[in-house]
Amino acid sequence: MFLRIWLTLVSAFAAYTTYLYFNCDNKHLSSPSIEIQQGQNLWQAQNCQACHQLYGLGGYMGPDLTNTISTRGSKYVETYIRYGTGRMPNLHLADSEIKSIIAFLSWVDSSGKSKVPANNVHWTGTYIIK
Amino acid sequence: MVAFSLILLLTTVVAGVIASWAFLYPENFNTVIPFQQLRPIHVSAALFWIITGAVSCLLYYSQEMKKLHPAGQKMTATYVALWINTILVIFIFYSIKQFGGREYWEFPPWLSIPILISWLLLMAGYFTYWVRIKEKKSLYWIMWATGILFFCITFIEQNLWQINWFRQSYLREVTVQWKANGSMVGAWNQMIYGSSLYLMAKISGDETIAQNRTVRFFYFLSLTNLMFNWGHHIYNVPTAGWVRHVSYLISMTEWLFFISMIRSFKNKLEETRRLKHLLTYRFIIASELWLFLNLILALMMSIPAINRYTHGTHITVAHAMGTTIGINTMILLGAIGHMLKVEELGKKHQRIITRGFYITQVSLLVFWICLVVAGIEKAYRTEIMPAASFQQIMMPVITVLKVFALSGIALLTGISTIAIAYLSSLKRIRIL
Ligand code: HEC
Repeated sequence: MFLRIWLTLVSAFAAYTTYLYFNCDNKHLSSPSIEIQQGQNLWQAQNCQACHQLYGLGGYMGPDLTNTISTRGSKYVETYIRYGTGRMPNLHLADSEIKSIIAFLSWVDSSGKSKVPANNVHWTGTYIIK
Repeated sequence: MVAFSLILLLTTVVAGVIASWAFLYPENFNTVIPFQQLRPIHVSAALFWIITGAVSCLLYYSQEMKKLHPAGQKMTATYVALWINTILVIFIFYSIKQFGGREYWEFPPWLSIPILISWLLLMAGYFTYWVRIKEKKSLYWIMWATGILFFCITFIEQNLWQINWFRQSYLREVTVQWKANGSMVGAWNQMIYGSSLYLMAKISGDETIAQNRTVRFFYFLSLTNLMFNWGHHIYNVPTAGWVRHVSYLISMTEWLFFISMIRSFKNKLEETRRLKHLLTYRFIIASELWLFLNLILALMMSIPAINRYTHGTHITVAHAMGTTIGINTMILLGAIGHMLKVEELGKKHQRIITRGFYITQVSLLVFWICLVVAGIEKAYRTEIMPAASFQQIMMPVITVLKVFALSGIALLTGISTIAIAYLSSLKRIRIL
């Protein structure tokens, strides 16, 4: 009995996982260019997420950057990355590196909004995101 | 291995305290040891403390009942050597600012290979031994095995991003990453709660508490939650709606844990009166109190309509640190203490540990409340002043975080008192 329940759960887990991999993204947004991928690699190598979040995930020392490109513009973003501030370190990145990070951030930006609008909250407490 | 895990614990709290000050005063740290370097040291040390501690306990307590066969011994010894050395290499990479930049796993990605190999060795050694145990298995045996197995699964899943297909969609990449991270917490909880159940059975001398129907029911409930309740991390990510709804639904089954805790409250009180003189028991009971507090927080955060405010604030940190310190670390310190036979130590030693214990509890409470308050404040200010700059929003939050950083120092004092007392009593007994 115990084993049967266990195996059922594990099978459900395997099925759910596989289904999820193929169907969690039902928006089918554009796939990343080489430059975007380089930007993502740099984002990781510089450990930007130690201080910043994307979709609220990451460290909290700096702001969430999911939608900075669309709200503040890429010139603004570029200035921050190039010079840093008193609080954000200057990471001494090359022009091409800054460009690819911005390409990555724009790609993330196009995938959705980090802050869910209040009118997307359903009465059951869940979200309906179109 | 136990000594190594305690050293990791010390590293965690020391790096944590320095990181909290670097968070507050980055100008003074950015050129020397910036936050983006301190955070990985702190997070990795914490993660490896929990996992190394959990494995130490389960290997030790399993063998209290039956020794590993020689081949298994060899495999686990190789696991230990490879595991410890890889962790040391990871810290060397952090010291030269080489990062992999994934949340929780911030080291260069190729280092996942030796970690995985070592874990497979552990699995081979442990499972060949496990299946040969013919007696009726109490639930802790099953929990230990579940934890080891699911750590492996989630660790592999955590690394799937290295296959390009997973990075073709950002939504998929984030979903899989947080599915793996969320479930991994469930995996180490299986190992740790397994040891806690084992200890309770031994301390109370009542093996039925690890064999009855209720405890089995809760095992399946927690396994279900391990598998399907990770979605609160990504409620705001615009994935297909069912991803959110399934997680929300499953997470609400956690109310059953909550109700069961309240129902057993009176029995617990009696038990506490009987056993509170035992140091080990105190750690376990503290972990249950922390479980209660953190469960309330977790239940709230699992409702998307509330998560909308708490997500991306320090309430998430309160949840993460409250559970890893309050629950995981307390159980591990209790279980390691039992292993070290702290009840047989001299009065002076016991007094030191008791003092460390109370300092830890009080400072952790202040620490935790500060994080919750900082989170509420950030959420509130983000809501009422949507156009404000980040610095404007954070101004009063930073004040609360100063109190948090001070309580962090007290927490460091408490935890290191215990860890150092344990390390010095390790000399008495040779284990693992
Ligand atoms: C040590 C922590 C830290 C690291 C690492 C870091 N940042 Fe920052 N960043 C900050 C802080 C703090 C701010 C807020 C500015 C301030 O308070 O002076 C900020 C601000 C920004 C902003 C402006 C956002 C806004 O909406 O105003 C951008 C863009 C940015 N960072 C990008 C990056 C990128 C890209 C990386 C990695 C290459 C990075 N940061 C690494 C701490 C950091």
